[in-house]
Amino acid sequence: MIEAKNLTKRYGDKVAVDDLSFTVEPGRVTGFLGPNGAGKSTTMRLILGLDRPNRGDATIGGKHYRDLPRPLQTVGALLEARAIHTGRSAYNHLLCLAQTQGVGKKRIDEVVELVGLTEVAKKRAGGFSLGMGQRLGIAAALLADPSVLILDEPVNGLDPEGIVWIRTLMKRLASEGRTIFVSSHLMNEMAVTADHLIVVGRGKLIADCSTEEFIERSTEEVVVVRSPDTERLASAVDAEGGKAAIGEDGLLTVTNMEAPRVGELAAAGGIVLHELTPKRGSLEEAFMELTRESVEYGGGVAVAPELPAQAAEPQAAVPEPQGEAR
Amino acid sequence: MTTTTDATGTVPEIRKAGFGRLMLAEWTKIRSVRSTVWALLLLVILDLGFTALFTGLTAGQWKNTDAENRASIMADPTSTILGSGFFLSQLTVCVLGVMVIASEYSTGMIRASLLAVPRRLPMLAAKSAVFTLLILVIGTVTSFGSFFIGAPILHSKAPVALGDPGVLRAVVGGGLYLAMLGLFALALGAIIRHTAAGITGVIGFVLVLAPLAALLPGSLGKHVHAYLPSEAGHLIGQARQAPNDLLTPWQGFGVFAIWTALLLVIAAVLLKRRDA
Repeated sequence: MIEAKNLTKRYGDKVAVDDLSFTVEPGRVTGFLGPNGAGKSTTMRLILGLDRPNRGDATIGGKHYRDLPRPLQTVGALLEARAIHTGRSAYNHLLCLAQTQGVGKKRIDEVVELVGLTEVAKKRAGGFSLGMGQRLGIAAALLADPSVLILDEPVNGLDPEGIVWIRTLMKRLASEGRTIFVSSHLMNEMAVTADHLIVVGRGKLIADCSTEEFIERSTEEVVVVRSPDTERLASAVDAEGGKAAIGEDGLLTVTNMEAPRVGELAAAGGIVLHELTPKRGSLEEAFMELTRESVEYGGGVAVAPELPAQAAEPQAAVPEPQGEAR
Repeated sequence: MTTTTDATGTVPEIRKAGFGRLMLAEWTKIRSVRSTVWALLLLVILDLGFTALFTGLTAGQWKNTDAENRASIMADPTSTILGSGFFLSQLTVCVLGVMVIASEYSTGMIRASLLAVPRRLPMLAAKSAVFTLLILVIGTVTSFGSFFIGAPILHSKAPVALGDPGVLRAVVGGGLYLAMLGLFALALGAIIRHTAAGITGVIGFVLVLAPLAALLPGSLGKHVHAYLPSEAGHLIGQARQAPNDLLTPWQGFGVFAIWTALLLVIAAVLLKRRDA
């Protein structure tokens, strides 16, 4: 179990993590979702004791990471930027980590096999592709068979097959009762992987709920109405318990009410309708909507430590906030 | 400013067996990077080669050497023999010392290292111990090798034997000096954390500061110069104290050790406090 209490981290005058509190329970995959620069990586670094919080505290099974007697047997971590010496072979990288914990060589072969790097294990890690680097990072995380896994954007750089593999692996490890904490900026990826979601934006907690609930809440049905008399219809809808909003384009967007009921109200009031369309918002849009505010107020400037990760990211499912804000 | 507390006081709790494991891991790190292995091999080969070359030249040019120079060589042939390979070796050791730690920062490996050893200081201690021991072994072997190559070549002009006063200490001292220099460079590398800047820093300390201090006027310059890390440290590699040396060989080595210890303490405090 991972517990964060009022975690706060500033870099200079930029607040990367702002009073963040949450709990990550064992036995399920917990997604840590947020746009780039939301403070996900920083939060993970704070949990792992790599950075010190300015305020607040993070513990794993009630202990600070630095107080764990055999840390890699408790927590396996994959960090955003690579944590591998480029001049060293994959095997030797794992070997020197294994030696610190007293893990045997047999286990190295096992994890190398598990992540599918057997053939390149003796090659220098500097020549690895992004995907291979990720696999090596995952091998290092699994090396000492930890009960907690902290993975920062593990699907980055993986091919579709690799993505399915890591997804299956995380679910299997969670079903064994382990704690899986995985960050992503891809809503759709989290929707199929995570059982529970912790959503952050600009370092602040936005949501902490089950994935199901998050999806239900974020993708509520919307009815879009085009009519010459939107104002009258809007008040009729409001009077009947719905929520109506007139957009700049003159379209009426109704929430909290089904399309047939809107049609009935229009008919009853003798209001002419040109269009009546029920819509279910896409998950990705809902996520962007949810995090937009937190992104906008920051002027879209990403927090420094996450910049390298952004540059390396091939997928761009969440558009960069810069363009959005203006 | 932070709510977390420094756990410096609880470090000894790491058991001996645990520290052995950490040293083994650091040894794996050193031997598994090809450039390090090559640099060390080159150090030995070039040091011995240069010793042969320079003592050979010294012996060959003996006739053209003026009396004053002859006298200084004959007063301490060991220093001449060891000195010829020294410059190169110390450069290599400086670069490697910085690289051993700074390359962890430049590649991001430091994060993996600190996740494995979150108390941090045992990692620095194990790394320092392994690297210093390695350089001590290589430095001592090179020093003896260089003596046994150089002494016969120089024998007809300036005879010297391992049994002569101070000679054995000087030859062993050659290894000690390189080992301490390696530790010194490692500590500076741990403080600076950037390979290029770290190397520049160490070389500045070792090669630039000394001639600069010598420019200071009068006895001030002389004293500052004598107490600089590499100036004080290399005295251990001389069989005899030169007339104008302020410090004895062991005093000099002690001064160098104090410099190194100081840097290590700074490195340790910073390692504990800084974000990785």
